Amino acid sequence: MSFYQQYSKYKNLPFDEMWAKVTASRVERVLQKTSLNEDDLLALLSPAAGEYLEEMAQKSHRLTVQHFGKVIQLYTPMYLANYCENECLYCGFNLKNRIRRNKLTLEEVEAEAQAIAETGLRHLLILTGEARNSTPVSYIRDCVEVLRRYFTAISIEIYPLTQEEYGELIAAGADGLTIYQETYNEELYDQLHLRGPKKDYRFRLEAPERAGEAKMRAINVGPLLGLDDWRRDAFFAGLHAAYLQERFLEAEVSVSLPRMRPHAGGYQPSHLVNDRELVQVMTALRLFMPRLGITMSTRENANLRDNLIRLGVTKMSAGVSTSVGGHSQEEAGEGQFEISDQRSVEEMREALRWLGYQPILKDWQNI
Amino acid sequence: MADFLEIGGVRLKNRLFLGTGKFPDRSVIPRVIEAAENEVITVALRRVDIGGKEKNILDYIPKTNILLPNTSGARNSEEAVRIARLARESGCGNWVKIEVISDNKYLLPDNYETVKATEILAKEGFVVLPYMSPDLMVAKALVEAGAAAVMPLGAPIGTNRGLKTKELVRILIDEIKLPIVVDAGIGKPSEAAEAMEMGAAAVLVNTAIATAGDSVDMAEAFNLAVKAGRKAFLSGTGAVNEYAEASSPLTGFLNSF
Repeated sequence: MSFYQQYSKYKNLPFDEMWAKVTASRVERVLQKTSLNEDDLLALLSPAAGEYLEEMAQKSHRLTVQHFGKVIQLYTPMYLANYCENECLYCGFNLKNRIRRNKLTLEEVEAEAQAIAETGLRHLLILTGEARNSTPVSYIRDCVEVLRRYFTAISIEIYPLTQEEYGELIAAGADGLTIYQETYNEELYDQLHLRGPKKDYRFRLEAPERAGEAKMRAINVGPLLGLDDWRRDAFFAGLHAAYLQERFLEAEVSVSLPRMRPHAGGYQPSHLVNDRELVQVMTALRLFMPRLGITMSTRENANLRDNLIRLGVTKMSAGVSTSVGGHSQEEAGEGQFEISDQRSVEEMREALRWLGYQPILKDWQNI
Repeated sequence: MADFLEIGGVRLKNRLFLGTGKFPDRSVIPRVIEAAENEVITVALRRVDIGGKEKNILDYIPKTNILLPNTSGARNSEEAVRIARLARESGCGNWVKIEVISDNKYLLPDNYETVKATEILAKEGFVVLPYMSPDLMVAKALVEAGAAAVMPLGAPIGTNRGLKTKELVRILIDEIKLPIVVDAGIGKPSEAAEAMEMGAAAVLVNTAIATAGDSVDMAEAFNLAVKAGRKAFLSGTGAVNEYAEASSPLTGFLNSF
């Protein structure tokens, strides 16, 4: 059964009613359990559980330290190109946005790689917009082949591929996939993605499965919080992660919890997610899946990120630029979104040490 | 008579093996080693940045320690073999802890792939210490494959749940001629002592020390517990009785006739 089928079974449940029915004692019972099911995750995302944030945070902290130690893995994104054929209302790379479009040559990719590798980072996330003509799989493969000389683990955050194409990039040296469904709400998804290949909800939703079948080592999914009711998107993100872990026991499964940020398009999110709610989502997911990777990007500010570290985060980006060529070129173009935490890799490492955490620059070696 | 543990032709005095993951600050590791009087220490090769400019984990380990690089992250025997070879080529010596995990949910070892990797690496001259789920037939296969010791888990990695597999480990201790090193799951010094009292040759502890409030003190506590357990085993613990033994036996009158 694909995750689309699982989603379809759940999508019409009366969520609001179910959440309204969750009582304080139900939340307390879940907090006592060691192995949580989907109903328990639902309970932890309820308004009633919002009153138990401290208890959830304490347990989340304990589980994270137990399974990961006081250790945070660092990585940085590298934008290869910002050409895009999609019109997504909330994104800075939207085809309609008049921004400078650019694509790195392989020489420029190498210059970026050198600049990033200088910081000591060994994990890289490469990104493009969705434009199969300007940035075909063959281009991304060529980039990966250059980058593997500098990095021990390379993840891709690009448009969804077929299983064969994922296999091609894995053979070239990519070992991780990041792909956000943005929102799991199929109807809303259709409204937010006006034109372009991204309109195909199911092809995107099942991309992580195709990557898993192609033996991708690490798979990172997530919602863009703020597009739909956060409780629902968090619930489905949890189901999605659990589905992937069950089906691909070998894979390292993670979620990211990005919140909407201001960007060139000017679209404003309809469901703002505040800090308390973000903490509820993160800790609920940790309790649901104690070994789940949780990624926190620089969309969030330094102060909040420092506080979230103890609540369940396992991976963070540092020294970030969301512009094409942003690590090595003086005149890089507009970024995909604004960064709130501007700290360099060295500053981030210092901050982690000060918080009593070990920064990890290398956690895997593609062999 | 001095009590040594011999593995791969090396005589070890200390029976507390350490791990290097999960420490909030790696600079504490030298003091942990000292407090534990540690001789064998395992390092995940996946986290060693060989040739990198950064100070890496190996820089915190005294040269007098025996490095036990592990293949953490390997999902099958081929990956484990490649990691082990890479470790040896990078100067980490020829000891290797085989760790093949194809299950990211419970982190339980894949015994079948572990046997395969052990066989290949033992033939290549490695001193192989395979991490495994305690199973007698698999342990026998590991002996056949050329393992230098067998490392059954006490409980799943990182759980600190203690010696949950006690009965199965006891069978390995009784039946397998190689040293049995209880690896994973030991959360408290008392549990380490329990394993040693049973006759385990050594224990490997990481999470319980790395995530303790004071890792150095906890390392010392484990060291003492392992020594105590070993000494108890050597001295022969008294038989455990099902009932209290009456000091005035009921059949004493039979002797008076």
